[in-house]
Amino acid sequence: MARNRKILRRFSWVVMASLLLTGCSTQIPVLQPQGPVAQQEFGLIEWSFFLMLIVAIVVFILFGVFIYRYRNTPNNKAPYEPDMEGSRKLEFIWTLIPVVIVLLIAVPTVRTTYALQAPPSTAKTDPLVINVTSAAWKWVFQYPKSGLETVNYLVIPANEPVQFNLTSVGPMNTFWIPSLGGMEFNMPNVTLGLWLQADHPGIYLGRSANFSGVGFEHMSFTVKALSIPQFNTWVSAVKKTAPALSSAENNQILYTHGLSPKLTFSSYPSTTATGTAGMSGM
Amino acid sequence: MLPRYFYNFSTFMSMFPHNYLIYGADVSIVGATALIIFVLTYFKKWKWLWDNWITTVDHKRIGIMYILAAFAMFFRGGTDGLLMRTQLALPNLHFLSAQHYDEIFTTHGTIMILFMAMPMLIGLINVAVPLQIGARDVAFPYLNAISFWTFFFGAMLFNISFVFGGSPDAGWTSYAPLSELQFDPGPGENYYLLGLQLAGIGTIATGVNFLVTILKMRAPGMTLMKMPQFTWATLITSIIIIFAFPVLTVALALLTIDRLAGAHFFTIAAGGMPMMWVNLFWIWGHPEVYIVILPAFGILSDVISTFSGKKIFGYTAMVVSLAAIAALSFTVWVHHFFTMGAGAAVNSFFGVSTMLIAIPTGVKIFNWLFTMYRGRIRFTTPMLWALAFIPTFVVGGMTGVMLAVAPADYQYHNSYFLVSHFHYVLIGGTVFGAFAGIYYWWPKMFGHKLNERLGRWHVGTFVLFFNMTFFPMYIVGLMGMTRRMYTYPSGLGWTALNLIETIGAFGQGASMMIMAVNIVRSIKFGERDVTGDIWDGRTLEWSTTSPAAEYNFSVLPQVTSVDEWWEEKKRGVVRPDHATFKPIHMPNNSGWPFLIGLSFFIAGFGLVFNWWLSAIVGALGIITFLFLRSFDYNTDHYIPVDEVKRVEAAAGR
Ligand code: HEM
Ligand SMILES: [Cu+2]
Ligand SMILES: [Cu+2]
Repeated sequence: MARNRKILRRFSWVVMASLLLTGCSTQIPVLQPQGPVAQQEFGLIEWSFFLMLIVAIVVFILFGVFIYRYRNTPNNKAPYEPDMEGSRKLEFIWTLIPVVIVLLIAVPTVRTTYALQAPPSTAKTDPLVINVTSAAWKWVFQYPKSGLETVNYLVIPANEPVQFNLTSVGPMNTFWIPSLGGMEFNMPNVTLGLWLQADHPGIYLGRSANFSGVGFEHMSFTVKALSIPQFNTWVSAVKKTAPALSSAENNQILYTHGLSPKLTFSSYPSTTATGTAGMSGM
Repeated sequence: MLPRYFYNFSTFMSMFPHNYLIYGADVSIVGATALIIFVLTYFKKWKWLWDNWITTVDHKRIGIMYILAAFAMFFRGGTDGLLMRTQLALPNLHFLSAQHYDEIFTTHGTIMILFMAMPMLIGLINVAVPLQIGARDVAFPYLNAISFWTFFFGAMLFNISFVFGGSPDAGWTSYAPLSELQFDPGPGENYYLLGLQLAGIGTIATGVNFLVTILKMRAPGMTLMKMPQFTWATLITSIIIIFAFPVLTVALALLTIDRLAGAHFFTIAAGGMPMMWVNLFWIWGHPEVYIVILPAFGILSDVISTFSGKKIFGYTAMVVSLAAIAALSFTVWVHHFFTMGAGAAVNSFFGVSTMLIAIPTGVKIFNWLFTMYRGRIRFTTPMLWALAFIPTFVVGGMTGVMLAVAPADYQYHNSYFLVSHFHYVLIGGTVFGAFAGIYYWWPKMFGHKLNERLGRWHVGTFVLFFNMTFFPMYIVGLMGMTRRMYTYPSGLGWTALNLIETIGAFGQGASMMIMAVNIVRSIKFGERDVTGDIWDGRTLEWSTTSPAAEYNFSVLPQVTSVDEWWEEKKRGVVRPDHATFKPIHMPNNSGWPFLIGLSFFIAGFGLVFNWWLSAIVGALGIITFLFLRSFDYNTDHYIPVDEVKRVEAAAGR
């Protein structure tokens, strides 16, 4: 069974790859997952694509055969039955087969939906938490445990599930790092959780996928995944060298509409919109 | 300190060159308007325009006006599309500024769905449905004219935004809080809210009108299960409109109150709930996408059956699947925001309910295929559009099911993968279906066919360039490109695909020029439809003259089967005997609908700018004209028998 699925996966991969006429298949992050969340989502993408492909092929074949065979030419010998009404049997078949296909997709969909909402089994009891706030038009990342803050770039330890708490102080955005996993919304007055993990140290791209106004295109950020010791070194270096964030500057970052370069702070004011204001649910 | 390297908003805006395109557009609009006024005056056509078109209540003429307006909007929306594709042809272009790009994708989406797709289909419905059911007009002809003029002035209100004050720029979805005053102060969003509100009035009235028309006005003998498929699709669509559009009306009204009167329904502060907008929008929005696909399904069923020379395969299943799709379309709206954290149970429910739609849709696809099975397929232009529809729509539907897989949608949402999906269903489905209908009923509307050779070129090139534009979007979406980006960096592997898409888009534009040439050429050279039945049709619209007389049928048909006209031809038709003619009762033309629409426009324009005087003048106009209409006793007339005889004789009957 598992083996069959692997073969199916291979097969649909080949089909997908052959669809990529351009040959730059090295840069399709959604199809090249770099973490367990993206991996599970990719599994579903392949599986649903493969099943849909079967349906499409059947339709395309019937389509081609019928229009060729029953074309209106004078000496076409194919049978002609203008008064054919339908066929309960055939119609039953093509109702039943889609039902089966939908079931085959629905079951893993529901299973994965539940699985991805719960904390991953490998999560530590005290995981790294990062509060992510989208402002117009910058990303603010706060690390409550170490008290530091970065703007427009994110540093995470590799090989460890990280919990993101997403909120917004302006229009809605989505927090999306395609290599690591799917997106979730940043909405004002609400905090949503998202677990992600990078399997390897590396640099990944993140971006907002929900239009948030004239600076939207600049709602992108880099994600640097470091090995755990390197990550700890980074944290202590920031604590030592970066400036503290005053509450005036903090307000400016959050509420002034504009762009910002990458910024690093060793602390942030305690009563900010993130973390405290939001936990009011939906 | 922070301010040193912190760009503020004004410097950010001035990074982009100021845009001269707007001025160009303004000049050309003024020029075109002046030209139209000049031509009408020079050829003394004002009275003709008023008597035959502006005041008409004839469903066929109203249908033609809908279709004309929809083509104008197609041109406008298409130009928006080409501007966007030009901007995205290569990385880091500054052909459009961010602000201008945002306005253009907003108007593109809104216009294409609300002012192009829907009116094009409503136009075809107006043209064909009363003829298909053997009726002399719709149930409420005067209301039908009101529908048209509110739609028309709603569209105009929306379109003048870029001449006066700036266009809306928060996307056709207009998500709060971005669309609230705090983040979007100018008049642009108000245009969106009021233009849609105005057009929505017309749409709801159309829904009511066709529901009643189909239920009450069918020719004797036509039971529900003897109605043509397009009529069935219209009936079901009308029901969806009646249930879905009031939700849009309410959502738009609440956001308008927020913006004009300072309420807080969807604001961030003061207890507003931005997400409530998202819910309301999609409770209307998902049924809306079915409002624009079901009529196309109906056209497809009729066209495939006609040109396969065969009954539709599985009539009952086709009807049941329409009804099932309509019912399901109200239970899936959350699939537009799986990523808003509703929780696993909710996402599972809406994921699975969405997949269920694939089942009735699959039934329809197979029944269409088997309608061709053992038929005799004539590859006319309408049939070619129908044939192009099937594989294209299958690709769109197949990616739709992939999007319905909630966890996978976390990776597709708002990416170009999604953009591609909905263009495959909206262009491959709605537009191909509408074009099938346009080519099919063209002779019924105008009395001549469009040229088949040019028609084939139109289909062929359009399908080719359509795929060239939209297929690469699936891939570029998986590469991480999101919708609504006004430009993109190089080095991510997106460039080549984007360039291909842009070339494809211009190809589609060129392909539409073929259609334009075809339309103009056919006025003079198109094959004349002298019999009224140029395609060897199956349903009642082909039993009358082309174009049909004001009263549609000199004698109402007596119906015994689904393919009534086909069966009558088999039995050997006997034309109605002139001795059996009776005087025909018809509604009078009326200028009130136009004036009411105009008053709505003046009121709406006033509200956009908070000019209360203009708003009050418009409102008074609406009330006055409604009042005057209710004292209008001269609303109908009889066409005498002699006149009917004369018209029928002139058509060779
Ligand atoms: C098998 C049938 C279909 C399925 C399963 C399906 C599924 C979906 C899903 C799940 C989404 C949301 C994806 C996201 O936002 O991440 C979506 C978006 C969309 N679909 Fe479909 N769809 C189907 C058919 C159609 C049809 C027939 C139309 C219209 C003719 C349509 C038009 C759209 C549009 C316009 C959007 C995007 C709206 C926006 O965000 O602006 N779909 N579809
Ligand atoms: Cu588009
Ligand atoms: Cu939907």
